[in-house]
Amino acid sequence: MTLMLDVENARKTFTMHLQGGISLPVVRDVSFKVNAGECVVLSGPSGAGKSSILKMIFGNYRCDGGRISVRHQGEMTNLAGAEPRLVLNARRMTIGYVSQFLRAVPRVPALDVVAEPLLTAGLSREDARVRAGALLGRLNIPERLWSLPPSTFSGGEQQRVNIARGFISNVPILLLDEPTASLDAANRAVVVDLIAAKKQAGVAMIAIVHDDEVRMQIADRTVDVTTFAAAA
Amino acid sequence: MVDMNSASDQPLLVAEELGKSYGRLAACRDVSFVLYPGEVLAIVGESGSGKSTLLQMLSAQLAPSAGRVSYRMRDGVLRSLADLGEAERRFLFRTDWGYVHQDPAQGLRMAVSAGANVGERLMAIGWNNYGRIRQTASSWLQRVEIDAARIDDAPRTYSGGMRQRLQIARNLVTEPRLVFMDEPTGGLDVSVQARLLDLMRSLVNELGLAAIVVTHDLAVARLLSHRVMVMKEGRVIETGLTDQVLDDPREPYTQLLVSSILPP
Amino acid sequence: MNAPTYNFAYLDEQTKRMIRRAILKAIAIPGYQVPFASREMPMPYGWGTGGVQVTAAILGPHDVLKVIDQGSDDTTNAISIRKFFAKTAGVETTTSTEEASVIQTRHRIPEAPLREGQVLVFQVPIPEPLRFLEPRETETRRMHALAEYGLMHVKLYEDIARFGHIATSYAYPVKVNARYVMDPSPTPKFDNPKMDNCPALQLFGAGREKRIYAIPPYTSVVSLDFEDHPFTRYKFDAPCALCGAEDSYLDEIVTDDKGSRMFVCSDTDYCEGRQAAGHRGVENAAPHKEGAHG
Repeated sequence: MTLMLDVENARKTFTMHLQGGISLPVVRDVSFKVNAGECVVLSGPSGAGKSSILKMIFGNYRCDGGRISVRHQGEMTNLAGAEPRLVLNARRMTIGYVSQFLRAVPRVPALDVVAEPLLTAGLSREDARVRAGALLGRLNIPERLWSLPPSTFSGGEQQRVNIARGFISNVPILLLDEPTASLDAANRAVVVDLIAAKKQAGVAMIAIVHDDEVRMQIADRTVDVTTFAAAA
Repeated sequence: MVDMNSASDQPLLVAEELGKSYGRLAACRDVSFVLYPGEVLAIVGESGSGKSTLLQMLSAQLAPSAGRVSYRMRDGVLRSLADLGEAERRFLFRTDWGYVHQDPAQGLRMAVSAGANVGERLMAIGWNNYGRIRQTASSWLQRVEIDAARIDDAPRTYSGGMRQRLQIARNLVTEPRLVFMDEPTGGLDVSVQARLLDLMRSLVNELGLAAIVVTHDLAVARLLSHRVMVMKEGRVIETGLTDQVLDDPREPYTQLLVSSILPP
Repeated sequence: MNAPTYNFAYLDEQTKRMIRRAILKAIAIPGYQVPFASREMPMPYGWGTGGVQVTAAILGPHDVLKVIDQGSDDTTNAISIRKFFAKTAGVETTTSTEEASVIQTRHRIPEAPLREGQVLVFQVPIPEPLRFLEPRETETRRMHALAEYGLMHVKLYEDIARFGHIATSYAYPVKVNARYVMDPSPTPKFDNPKMDNCPALQLFGAGREKRIYAIPPYTSVVSLDFEDHPFTRYKFDAPCALCGAEDSYLDEIVTDDKGSRMFVCSDTDYCEGRQAAGHRGVENAAPHKEGAHG
C-alpha cells in the first residue's frame, strides 16, 4: 500500500474582517490518510467543512496549522504553507480537482477545455484531442458540441465537460467535489465506472458525494468530518 | 508549456526590498519577490497603491530609491538592473522583455503600418530580409487574430481591441521571456476585454512567458495570473497563489477588494 | 576685391575657429552630427546658411570655389553664393569641377569624379535621418549613441509595403564608417555611391538645425537596404538629350506649354564639358542653357 495523502491536524479558521473581525472556525485536527487505489469519501452534513478540506488539500484555502502531505514526484511533500510554485507544480503533476462548477474560459472549445491537462502534461495536441473526444463521447456530450465553448452549454453538460477535464489527466490524486450531483442515472453510472478505472490505475481519491447509492459504489472508506468540527 | 521542474529552478527576476520615495512621500516600500520563468504575477491594488511605480522600477524605467532588481540574462547570469549600461537595458527592452501599455498609442507607432510595427523589433536586432520580416509579421498578426490583409494599414485605422492585440504582437515577435503589462485591458469594452484576456492567456501558456501584470481588475488577475500581490499605500499587504488570495483572502483590505467585485 | 568692411569670408575669426573645431570633431567621428553655434547669415534659412558657414570657415585666399544648386552653376542660389564669396573673400570662382578646390552644393554631387584635396560642402536642411519617425531629439540622439537603427529600416519597410520597392529617392539614409546612420542631405540616391570611398572630404552644414557632420576621404558609406530589396541607383530610360551621357543624373525640362519635355544632365558643367568634347544628344538642337534655364 502506497501512502498518497497524509493529513495531520490540519486547521482552518476564517477571520471576517468586514464583519468586525469575527472568527469562523471551520475545521480543526483534521487527520486522515489515503492510499493509492483507494477512494475515501468525506461524510457529514452541509457546513461541516467537507468542501473546505478538499480546498485545503488543493491549496485553494490556506491552512492555519497542521500538515498536508502528498506524494509528489515520489516523495511525501507538505503543501500546507508551501511556496506557490510548489503548489502549482503539485497541481500540474499530482493533484487534480473536479469541482461541481466549471469556471468557464471564454471562447475555448469544449474539446480543448478537456484536452488542456494533457497538453500541460506534454501530450501532442492531436493525441490530447482524440482522448478528450473519447471521454466526452463516453459522458454523452454530442460531437456537434465539442467545438463550442462550454459557457453556452446547459448546467448538466457543463458539469460533464468538467468531469471529463478532471478525469482525463493522469495525476495520482483526485479530489472529487460532488462529481455526480445533478447527473442522470446513465451519466452517474459512467462516472462510477470512471472512478473504478482510476482505482484500478492506483489513483488515490477523496470524494464528497451526497448520493448514497454512488457512495456505496465508490467508497472504500468513509471519514466522518463532524469529528473535525471546530468548536465555535 | 513550461516544464516547471527544470526550467524554473532559477529565478528570472528578483526584487529585493525595493522602495521609491519622492521626498517624504513613499510611493513604494520594501517590496521583495522572486519571479520564475513561465510564472505570471499579478500586482493588484487601487490607483495610488504604488503598483505602477513598482512596475516602472521592475522594468528599469525608474531608478529605485532603495533595494534592487536583478534579472537573469539569456547567458544565465543574474545581474542587477542598476549595473546594466543603458545600451544593455534598452537591448533587453527590445528583445528579452515586452511592455504592454494600457494605451496602445503609447506602445505603437500609430502612423506606421501594422507590419512595420510588428517588424520593428526584428529589424532592430538586425533582420535584413524584407520578405522574412513581412512573413513573420503576418503570422504574428494572425496569431493575435488580426486579419493579415490589414498588414499595411496603420493602427490608427484599428479598433481599440485590435490596437491592443497589435501591441502584444509587436512585443512578442522577438519571443521575450518576460512581459510587463500595465492595465492591459483598461479602457476596453467588456466583450473586447474577454477576447483579449483569453488571447493573452493562451499566448502566455504557449510561449511559456513570464509576465508581471498590473491591474486593478481582480478578474484579470484570476484569469491570467498564477500568483498575486495585493498592494496598498505602497506596500505589499498580501501575496500568494491567485485563487488562494482571491478565494481565501486574509487581510482586511483584500477581503474588501474581493467582496467588492461581482462573482466571476 | 575684398570689400574692406567685411572680414575675410564674411565671418569673424572667432566664429570660424568655432566652426573649424566642430568640423574637426565631425571628421574625427564620421557621420556624427556635431552641434555648433550657427550664426545669422545674410540669407534666409533654407538657402544654404549651414553650407555657407562651413565654406567660410574652410576657405583660404588660394582656394577656387565652385557653387552648384541642383547640379547647376547658374541658378540664383548658386550665383549669389558664388558672388558672396567673391566679394567677401576675393577668392577665385569657377564652374569647373576639376578646377575647384572647394565645391559648395545643394542637392547634388558632381558627375566628374572628385579628387584628393577637394572639399565638397553640402547644404543640409534637416540633418537628422530619424526625425520623421522619432520626433524627440533626446530620443534620436540616444538612438545614435547606442546605434539603434532599427527604425531606419522601418521607413524602408514602409516604402516597400506601400510601393513595392524602396521609393525613397533622395535623402536616402546611409551608414558611415559602419557606425553612424546619416542623412546625405536631399541629394538624389543616385549620388549615394559617389560618397563611398570618395577621395575628397565631404562636409555637411545645417544652419537652422545647427549641426555639422562629415565624411573624411576614403570612408565607407553604405546605403541602407534589405537583402531581398537591395539598394539600386536610379536608372534613367534615356541618355541626356544634350550630351548623350548615359551615366549622369537627369533633370526633366518642360520645353513648351504642350507638354513636350526633354531630359538633360543636372550637372551643367559635366554636360557642357561633354558637348565641348563633341558628344551630342538626340535633341541637342538648342544650346542647353536656353532650353534648361532660359
